[in-house]
Amino acid sequence: MPWIVAVSADDIEPEDVIRWDHGGQTYALYRTLDDTYFCTDGLCTHEQVHLADGLLQGHLIECSKHNGRFDIRDGAPKRPPVCEALKTYPVRLAGGQVLIDLPEYPG
Amino acid sequence: MIDILAPLKFKPSRNYSLTGPERQRAFDDGLANAEWYQTHVDRKLLKELMKRKDGPALRDTAIWLGLLVLTGMGGIYFWGSWWALPFFVAYGILYGTSSDSRWHESLHGTPFKTDWMNNALYQLSSFMQIWNPVIWRWSHMRHHTDTTIVGRDPEIGTMRPPQMILMALNIIGLTSVPRNLLILIRHALGRFTSDERDFTPKSELSKAAQVARVHIAIHAAVVVSCFYWGTILPAMLIGLPRAYGVWFLLVIGLPQHAGLAEDVLDHRLNSRTILLPLPIRFIYWNMNYHVEHHMFPMVPYHALPRLHEAIKQDCPEAKGLWATWGQLLPVMIRQIRDHKYYIHQELPPGAGAPKLGPRAAH
Repeated sequence: MPWIVAVSADDIEPEDVIRWDHGGQTYALYRTLDDTYFCTDGLCTHEQVHLADGLLQGHLIECSKHNGRFDIRDGAPKRPPVCEALKTYPVRLAGGQVLIDLPEYPG
Repeated sequence: MIDILAPLKFKPSRNYSLTGPERQRAFDDGLANAEWYQTHVDRKLLKELMKRKDGPALRDTAIWLGLLVLTGMGGIYFWGSWWALPFFVAYGILYGTSSDSRWHESLHGTPFKTDWMNNALYQLSSFMQIWNPVIWRWSHMRHHTDTTIVGRDPEIGTMRPPQMILMALNIIGLTSVPRNLLILIRHALGRFTSDERDFTPKSELSKAAQVARVHIAIHAAVVVSCFYWGTILPAMLIGLPRAYGVWFLLVIGLPQHAGLAEDVLDHRLNSRTILLPLPIRFIYWNMNYHVEHHMFPMVPYHALPRLHEAIKQDCPEAKGLWATWGQLLPVMIRQIRDHKYYIHQELPPGAGAPKLGPRAAH
């Protein structure tokens, strides 16, 4: 499966999240305080709110609308009202770029 | 024949049920789960405002619980004399009014950085409110998704026409406390209304029934202890303060949405910020900054005054308590006859265009 260059590593502040739209889908890209990067689906599984508007604390992303939380490492729901896990995608860094492995990328 | 109970029989001008015709209309009109107006706030500032800390809430909760203990002990010590009165007035406000804002903030998970503290405060304050913590969590989530959207929001406190007599009775909890207890009993029996089932996931209902049984058992133990000791004092400390101390919540909390627009997608038009002095803001945990809270629910109570400063140029001018009620009360009285009347919040020059829903004319 192809690795897609998403953004430059510096485009994301430490302990922050940004929105990345690609192929008609929306994703959330995260950078933790120890400069590890993660990628999940961009919309909260509770009510379709962009997670990029939320708050990243450690490995927990909090949705800006209802304060539901997910673990960005595996997408697991960690605080109500979210019950359904978030889809996660493999991420790697190369040449200062953040690459995402999107298995269903149409090419 | 004159029906003397007529003023007590609530006849809403619209169908506020979550399972009635207004629900489908809310979906058809694009009002349900919609995108709402949000004032732009620089991401860096917003991140700073959203930042979680334990310190402020630990301090404020220690003061709050300390005051509850002190005033409660004063009430016990002077029980039987008029000297107990000021202690119970203070205890009642700290219990019956303050628990509302503690419940609300901890539900959002924002006061403490350490989440078990949010959850502990949530359970305690839900009990003090005589509210089922499971059902009210989901109810409030819906309130934030569809604020004052008729047919969707289960927390529209002032349906039109305003029920002034019921509100007056509720100044000392005459309607809300028996109603809350009856609801808890119903939940303990595993019975839920269609509205409750509409906003609560099915998987949560058994938890709601279990917690209701625990709460009912505690309230029952308080009643038994009153009979055992032959005094109402235990209930004056647990349960009844929700009745005799709720009056102040009506004064500062009712203006949150009362008299404002229904079916709009802009919290500047259906929510109200009022300016209060620090001691009252302590009692209410800054929930007087209500437009700010609805627009940015991630911002903890202690950062709301700063958020207010950051976005006030885009919001209706906030008034003090007297000025707010001076505007609101005549409107509520007028709404008794004119159900479609409401306050059109005036936005300052240069503010973003209001986001009106298709049913704003109601």
